[in-house]
Formats: sequence, C-alpha cells, structure tokens
Amino acid sequence: MSDHDYRPKSKVGQWFNDRLPLLTLANHLTDYPTPKNLNYWWTFGGILTFCLITQIVTGLTLAMHYIAHADMAFESVEHIMRDVNYGWLIRYIHANGASMFFLAVYIHIFRSLFYGSYKAPREIIWIIGIIIYLLMMAAAFMGYVLPWGQMSFWGATVITNLFSAIPLVGEGIVTWLWGGYSVDNPTLTRFFTLHYLIPFLILGLVVLHIWALHVPGNNNPVGIDIKKPSKDTVPFHPYIVIKDGFALLMFMIVFAFFVFYAPNILGHADNYIEANPMVTPAHIVPEWYLLPFYAILRSVPDKLLGVVAMLSAILILAVLPWLDTSKIRSAVFRPLYKQFYWILVADVLILGYVGAMPAEGLYLLIARVATAYYFLHFLVILPVLGFKEKTLPVPLSITEPVLGGSPNFAAARNKESKIE
Amino acid sequence: MKNLHKLFSILIIFIVSSSLSIAAEKVEYLKTDWSFKGLFGKFDRASLQRGYQVYTEVCASCHSMKYLSYRNLSEKGGPEFSEAQAKAIAASFEVTDGPNSDGEMFTRPGKLSDKFVMPYDNVKAAQAANGGAYPPDMSVLVKARGGGVDYIYSLLQGYEEAPSNVSLDDGVYYNKYMYGNKIRMAAPLSNGLLEYGDGTSATVEQMSKDVTTFLMWSAEPHLEARHQMGFKAIVYLIILTVLVYFSMKKIWSRVESEV
Repeated sequence: MSDHDYRPKSKVGQWFNDRLPLLTLANHLTDYPTPKNLNYWWTFGGILTFCLITQIVTGLTLAMHYIAHADMAFESVEHIMRDVNYGWLIRYIHANGASMFFLAVYIHIFRSLFYGSYKAPREIIWIIGIIIYLLMMAAAFMGYVLPWGQMSFWGATVITNLFSAIPLVGEGIVTWLWGGYSVDNPTLTRFFTLHYLIPFLILGLVVLHIWALHVPGNNNPVGIDIKKPSKDTVPFHPYIVIKDGFALLMFMIVFAFFVFYAPNILGHADNYIEANPMVTPAHIVPEWYLLPFYAILRSVPDKLLGVVAMLSAILILAVLPWLDTSKIRSAVFRPLYKQFYWILVADVLILGYVGAMPAEGLYLLIARVATAYYFLHFLVILPVLGFKEKTLPVPLSITEPVLGGSPNFAAARNKESKIE
Repeated sequence: MKNLHKLFSILIIFIVSSSLSIAAEKVEYLKTDWSFKGLFGKFDRASLQRGYQVYTEVCASCHSMKYLSYRNLSEKGGPEFSEAQAKAIAASFEVTDGPNSDGEMFTRPGKLSDKFVMPYDNVKAAQAANGGAYPPDMSVLVKARGGGVDYIYSLLQGYEEAPSNVSLDDGVYYNKYMYGNKIRMAAPLSNGLLEYGDGTSATVEQMSKDVTTFLMWSAEPHLEARHQMGFKAIVYLIILTVLVYFSMKKIWSRVESEV
C-alpha cells in the first residue's frame, strides 16, 4: 500500500507516530482507495459495524440492571421495562437490534454470493465472516434465553438437546452444558456470561475481517481486479463515508420504526410468559433469523443426521471459495449463475417459511426438497457451473470500455465520455 | 428464462395461498377502535380509569398484577389518577409487612410504593382455589397472547352455549375465541355487573374494552412516551437523511460515478 510513507505535519504528531503509528493507520483508513462503482449493497459492512456497536452499548446498559437468576431474570426484565429510565427504549433497541443485525448480515452475505466476493484473493475475509456469523447466532440464541420466558426456556432446551445426538458422549455433554439435569439456573448464568463475552470476540474478528479486506481491497460490482489508486477508485473519505452514512440513516429509519411502533412484532408472544418447566408451548420456534437452519434440522428424520445437516449447511459456506470453480467473480457476467443465485435466495426464503410451520405433511415435504436443493446448489451446481457456463466478456477496468461485443460496451462508453 | 419465471410464480402462488389458508383457519377476532394504536396513539384516560375499576372489582379477586405498583396509577401516560386518589386506592388494601423489631409480620394500609396486592399467597393456593387452574398474572398478559388486545377483548365476549357435539367437564366453559374453545374461567362480565363512577353504562362490551385498554397500559406503561419519541426520532432521521443525501450528491459530483 502506498500510504506507508505518510508523515504527520506537526512535531508532536511525528514524535507520537514514530512510537505508535496510529496516525499512519488513520491516514490509511481515510485515503484507502475504494472502487468508485460500489453500489448500495456494499454499504451493509458499515451498517453491520453500527449494529455491533449498538448491541454492545445497549447490552452493557441492560447488564447493569438485569439479574441472571432463574427466579429473578423475568422480573428484572420487567423492572427494566417499567422502572429504569428509558429502560424500555434500551431493551427494545437491543431486542430489535438483534433482528436488524441479522437482516443486515444476510444482505451482506448474499451480496458477497452475488458478486463473488469470497473468491481469491478474499477467502480469508470470507472465512472470518462465516466465523463471525456463527458467533452471532450463538450470541443471539443465548441472548434470547436471558429474559427467561417460555420460549427462552424451551428454545434453550431444544437447542442444547441437539448435542445429545452425538454418539456415546452426547448425554454427558448435554448435562455438562446445562450444569445440571435440565435447563436451570446454572444454564442461565453461563449463557449470560457467554452472551457478554461473544460480542467482544466478534469485535476482534471484525477488526481482522477489515484488516484482511484492506490487503486486496474491496471487490466491486464488475468483479475485476483494479489498479489502486487509479481513476477507478475514490478515497474512502469523504466519498464512501458519506455514502455509507446515507445508507445507514435509511437503515436507522427502518430500525426506528420497529423499535417505536412494532417492538414486539418480531418476537414471540410466549416469551412474555415466565419460564415454566412444567408447561411446554404448543409450538417451539426459534427467532426468524434461525428458521432456515431449523427447517433443515427438522427435515432429516434422524436426530444425529439432522444436526449434521444443519451444521453442514453453515460450514459448507466456509469452503465455498473452493466449491465455486468459476474464474469470473461477478454474477453480472455469469448469466446461468445469476439464475441459480436467485433460485438459492428463493430456496432459503422457503426454508425460513417452512421452519416457522409445524414439521408435518406438505410443509415437511417442502422442507426436504428445499434442504436437498440447498446442498445441491453448493455441492453440484456451483462446481459444475464453473466449467460449463459461457460467461460474458468482462471489462478491463471500471472506467475503460471492453473490447467489442460486450453488452456493457455502451454503458462503459457512456461513463468514459462523461469523464473527458 | 421463461421456465424460471413460471417456477417462481408457482412458488409465490403457493406461499401466498398457503398463508391465506392458514389465516382462514384462524377465528376472526372482534374489532374495536383502540385509541392507543397508530403513530400518535394515546390511551383514553377515562377508559383506563374505568378499566382499573373493572380489574380491581372483578379480575383482581383471582388474577394478580405483580409488576405494578400503586404509584403507577398516578404516573404520566397511565390512568393518571391524582396522587391523592392513588394514595387512597393504595390505602384501601391491607399489605403484609415486616418483620418488625419483635420479629413479627404485621399488616398495614398500602402505600404508593407497594406492589399490587396479590389475591393468593402462591401459585399452589391460586390453583387450589380455582379447581387446579392457575389464573395467569395480568401484568403483561396482552403481550403474552398471540392476538394481543383483540384476543383479550374477544375472549371476554366470547362465551356461548357449547355446541351439542362438545362435552364440557365441570368447571369448564365454552368460549369461541379460546384456544381449543375450552376455558376454566367462568364468564367474568355481565351487563350492569358494576356501576361506573362516571356514569358510563356498564355493558359487557364497554367493560371488555375498558379492562383491555387497562391491560394494554399495564403491559406497556410507556407506550405514549414511545409513540411520541418515535415520531420525533423518525422525523429527525428523515430530515437528516435528506440533508446527507444532498451532501453526498455534491461530494460525488466531483467524480463521474453515479450514487
């Protein structure tokens, strides 16, 4: 990178920077050459950073008033909602913030899938992202347990029971996770501890995620390697900062709508009933963002294989850079992949839908077909497509027109003439 | 491509129709005009006060409301009884306190800081008094039921003669809005059951509406503050978004790319 020869102007700045090059880092971040054709799907990285910080800040505040005890947790949440100054606001931001976080992360992941951002040389960024996503799911699940409502309790029971599917040691592991013979106070206190820990692990991984990103630089909608800095790039500040800021504000309007006008719509009514080990809810459903995986879990008749399928559905993403054999990154130049991409999107939405429905009859059948297709997409379609697909000609740079015959010729030419 | 579109439309039709069929299986709840819904929704103060009367004269003999304190009755955004009224309400209840310096528990008149007095000492006592069924705590009841206020409002008016093919055990009643139609609570309301202080005629419908409004407040005591702040926050965000949008346009006009 070209910014290593940066020198602060002031004497004090130089003195400090020679000892700890924070100013060099700040300079790198502001000057960081970013492709100028990034569209709004690229703004979700910044939005996700906002989500993480929001969750940490509101979470810290809630932790000051919350009591992690099976007999007092539910009551302490009501205390927050009623008696703590703006406690209702902080809790609703935190609870809906989790949903907003997942909404943003799903857009972020599917953006990466569409534009091939996971491909060389960005595999490490992608894998760190998958680990962050896994940690997010763990944090969200444990956070949902903390209010100690019915869905908290029974959700925790169902999910932790999955470990009993492991042959031989399964039962022992579940007892160890619970800290007893059922989900109870020891489970709650350890979930609280881990729920407090994980966001900081995520924060650390986010730093690595961004660090790894800044080595090759951003992918872009055209999906080609670009020279940096060049007329294909703009400095991160102010161009990307203001654009990310604008997108973040739009996102915050949606966020605010949920917090202020529909704060409980994404939750389940049963979680306002205090946990009762003697009464099982009619339907135990996880939060919406976990539903596709829940559908995969239930679509396999065998418990162990169901757990394996569910975990594989996530872990398969980690090897995606090697499953996708196409040399072309962006779906813009991959007419067949583009279609399969949208089928995958539909498939995941269908999985989410059937995950919320009872696992019986037609729903179960659909869940099975959709699960099979999910794996088919990654294990068969993607590897084969890389060899079979006739891709469109890719432009040489973002601003320069391609050599004859590209459908993007006119557009690229148009842009070119504007610069002159 | 054409096949793909077909496939998609089939999927969409399937999802829409299946969700419609699910909706069709659900009972339609009774509707009324809730004053607290919408962007500027506020509680109807008089209705909240009447609702408290219904709660305390009818529901409170079995249902606790353990997360509320008497002081809440005079707080902003609630029934807004005057502080003197709330004090008088609190004082009309006997509260067990102690132990005193002799180690004895004693009773005294309630204070504003006391939580609502519970009808039973514990869950077991409540079950014993109600044929084994536990009357749920009402503090967050509205949020703990799928249909929310519409469900509670309908349930209170949903008692009818059981159809001939349904047999009911002793102490079980038929309610067309209850999950499974069988409920352990006898119809709690009847026309003219109580006399409203403000002269409103105490029909079952009126009492249902008032007490449901009260339960909405008890579940969401800061609802009014939330709506007010929400409106300000969203207007602020929209203005800021517009300003940032034009700044962005200005900045990006230096490069040819569109934003």
